Amino acid sequence: MDDLDQLEAQSIFILREAYRKLKPLAMLWSLGKDSNVMLWLARKAFLGRVPFPVMHVDTGKKFPEMYKFRDEYTKKWNLELLLGDCPPVEEIDPTLPPAARSAARKTAGLAAMIDKYKLAGVIAGIRRDEQATRAKERVFSPRGSGHKWDVRNQPPEFWDQYATPHEAGVHVRVHPLLSWREIDIWRYIEREGIPLVDLYFSKEGKRYRSLGDQDITSPIESNASTVAEVIAELETSRTSERAGRAMDHESEDAFERLRVAGYL
Amino acid sequence: MNTIPTPAPQDAATPIVIVGHVDHGKSTLIGRLLYDTDSLPEGRVAQIIESSKKRGLTVEWSFLLDSLQIERDQGVTVDSTRIPFKLGNRQFVIVDAPGHRQFLRNMITGAADAEAAVLVVDANEGAQEQTRRHAMLLRLIGIRHVIVFMNKVDIFNYDQKKIEAAERDITKLLLQLEIEPTVFVPASAREGDNMASRSDKMPWYKGPTLTEALAAVPAPSSRADLPLRLPVQDVYRFDTKRIVVGRIERGRIRVGDEVVIGVHGAKARIASIESWHTAPQVAAVAGQSVAVTLEPDVIPDRGDFLFPADHAPLRAARIRTRLFWLRQEPLRVGESFRLRLATAEHQVTVAAIDSVVRLEDLTEHPAEEVPPEGFAEITLAVSETMLFDPFVPGTADGRGVLVDRNQQIVGGAPLIGVAESVAGRNAIHPTGSAVSLWDRAQAKGHRGGVFWMTGLPGAGKSTLAREAENRLFARGIDVSVLDGDTLRAGLCADLGFSEADRRENVRRAAAVARILAESGQVVIVALISPTVADREMARQVVGEGFHEIFIDTPQATCEQRDPKGLYAAARAGKIEGFTGVDAPYEAPQKPDLRVETTDVSRDETAARLAAYITDAIRLDASARRQTS
Repeated sequence: MDDLDQLEAQSIFILREAYRKLKPLAMLWSLGKDSNVMLWLARKAFLGRVPFPVMHVDTGKKFPEMYKFRDEYTKKWNLELLLGDCPPVEEIDPTLPPAARSAARKTAGLAAMIDKYKLAGVIAGIRRDEQATRAKERVFSPRGSGHKWDVRNQPPEFWDQYATPHEAGVHVRVHPLLSWREIDIWRYIEREGIPLVDLYFSKEGKRYRSLGDQDITSPIESNASTVAEVIAELETSRTSERAGRAMDHESEDAFERLRVAGYL
Repeated sequence: MNTIPTPAPQDAATPIVIVGHVDHGKSTLIGRLLYDTDSLPEGRVAQIIESSKKRGLTVEWSFLLDSLQIERDQGVTVDSTRIPFKLGNRQFVIVDAPGHRQFLRNMITGAADAEAAVLVVDANEGAQEQTRRHAMLLRLIGIRHVIVFMNKVDIFNYDQKKIEAAERDITKLLLQLEIEPTVFVPASAREGDNMASRSDKMPWYKGPTLTEALAAVPAPSSRADLPLRLPVQDVYRFDTKRIVVGRIERGRIRVGDEVVIGVHGAKARIASIESWHTAPQVAAVAGQSVAVTLEPDVIPDRGDFLFPADHAPLRAARIRTRLFWLRQEPLRVGESFRLRLATAEHQVTVAAIDSVVRLEDLTEHPAEEVPPEGFAEITLAVSETMLFDPFVPGTADGRGVLVDRNQQIVGGAPLIGVAESVAGRNAIHPTGSAVSLWDRAQAKGHRGGVFWMTGLPGAGKSTLAREAENRLFARGIDVSVLDGDTLRAGLCADLGFSEADRRENVRRAAAVARILAESGQVVIVALISPTVADREMARQVVGEGFHEIFIDTPQATCEQRDPKGLYAAARAGKIEGFTGVDAPYEAPQKPDLRVETTDVSRDETAARLAAYITDAIRLDASARRQTS
């Protein structure tokens, strides 16, 4: 088994644990590369099926290519798609910096969907290497009342034994990609031939390294126009993946505040 | 240390944990290591040199880690983090758990899967409290490869004699823990001696530098050559196929292999290995998450192992385990938990605390309780016979965790083996019978079980129990009744009616019921058992197959019936502590069955009780065992 086989086996194990222990369960599908890999891993775990719904929390501000991709693959992969919308930005905490405030709409939209479908588990494609605050996550991360993440008091988690509380009002965020690095994601996409929105590939010297809302995501300078070229580019890059995501950088603690409140 | 293995470029990163007493130089070591292996973002080193100068220091390598830490943590939280670095083509990840708050649980979370550890010891100070605590954890986690980094040897002017004396002290300590250090590196992290390059100040030292020692850490060993252990994670039914999924913990499977399933021992063949978007598979090895079909189409439960007939795991209902206890309160005998072992979950009760580790000198002593965040060896009584393998370093199964009612992990438990009796302390040592519960059930045509009837004095428990016994016996069911008076006449003749004696009475009744039920009998217990705690204890002693039945007769009716004249005596003050008069009765909130006796004929209630029992002991009740 090479490193991708190991990561794959571990993610499949985590997905099967979630499916067994948390009902009802749903998977977040942001239409980005990570959540496509995650969806692919679910089909590996459940032999070509996805036995729970996928959720798209729609900010209404995604790129047109992303909506097209969503509709095409919902059909192709026979997915049960749950759509939820987000409240207008005026309803969000005005003390947050502007981009974070915009991003927080998604938190509110997600919270509404979790309540509406009474979800016990939500599978999300975050990774430790993406962002400092995400590095502290557990694979199974229980969220108490108000969906709050109690970062200073997380349960111990070791030997593949995960916290699965059964309390009213508590749901668990499940993170099957936590140990993957950005480059692993791309190498797996290459190995498996996983389809992606083509915004990730260079056009006129620019490509998106990470995809979010149109107004708070910016492309990077790059000539990488194939998966192999992206991998080659990452092997030499020393800048961070989310450099183009405005809400991470507005103030020292903006992103942690977003996450404590339930952002991904 | 002559050959440095060069693993294939795409091997998974080897996790390394760095431990040691505060101020012995962990951060300096990590900082220097990152610098020496060129693992730092551009511009960072210049920044460190600058800030060290400002404080009048030469180069303070620990600032490096602090600056990374602050960046990663945004200065607000404390948890384990992972710092990647490379030696040649090989990837490593340093697991670091900074800070002291909830250090243990965060360190365990980060370090539990580490392949090797670097134990940092200040040459001058030698082993301190945290050195011992961390060494203890390394032993319990099962980390085999321990590099002792003897730091700050510049204080000894690199003197061979002094360094070797300090080395002997540490070796002695580690051997006490049965940890054989893989290598000792006398070094100075600050000066860079024996870090990435060989120190010219210790020509007498012929061993490896730190980076050489790390490069020599064996790649995670393959568990593929051990006998098969495939714990069932789940069973799916897709289309017309029944699919058993799980991760192979040890060994390998091949289509056509015969396997034994779980404690019940059904046999089946691996009929196929199912997968999606891969080449067709005929074999799989340890570490893989697989999906298989079985022939015949046996239905295992989650937690059952698949294993080869000639290499069965151990089976027992009492097991000994090491324990690292993560709670801030002590642990005492009698507390109950769920033991999670791979995908299985068992109800366990702490039957004995065999020894507790005294951290001052790492010696083991008998004790009444395990102190907060303490280390111990304990005996667990399991509610049913379970299968397990003792934990050996290098394997991932054989080590369980204890979880509380909220499914929160409260301790780590690498299993040692079947609990043996210790002269004078553990006089009882149940032996696993070679005749399985399933064999007995099949021979008798029904399962065993305990039907625990609780209710006020005079509620009609004994009468009903005898009636039901008659009916069941007539149907060929092997049934017996344990009632309070019978027990007190013999087995419990030495007990009075104090709270402690009442509790002991309940415990004995439950223990006898368990033995009978394990021999395949249906046992009806008729006992007031007035408190919720009493009945919970009974449930735990009995384990699987315990049914709580509440004989719900209003007190006025009981008192009116008063078959033994006891209410009258109690009212007259002739009996003290009589349940329902001057001692409380706590009615069950959620009994498995509630039987009301007023306005219903005795025949009807007995028939209802007998029907409930008959249903509960059916061979197919909740067992889901055989083919469909």
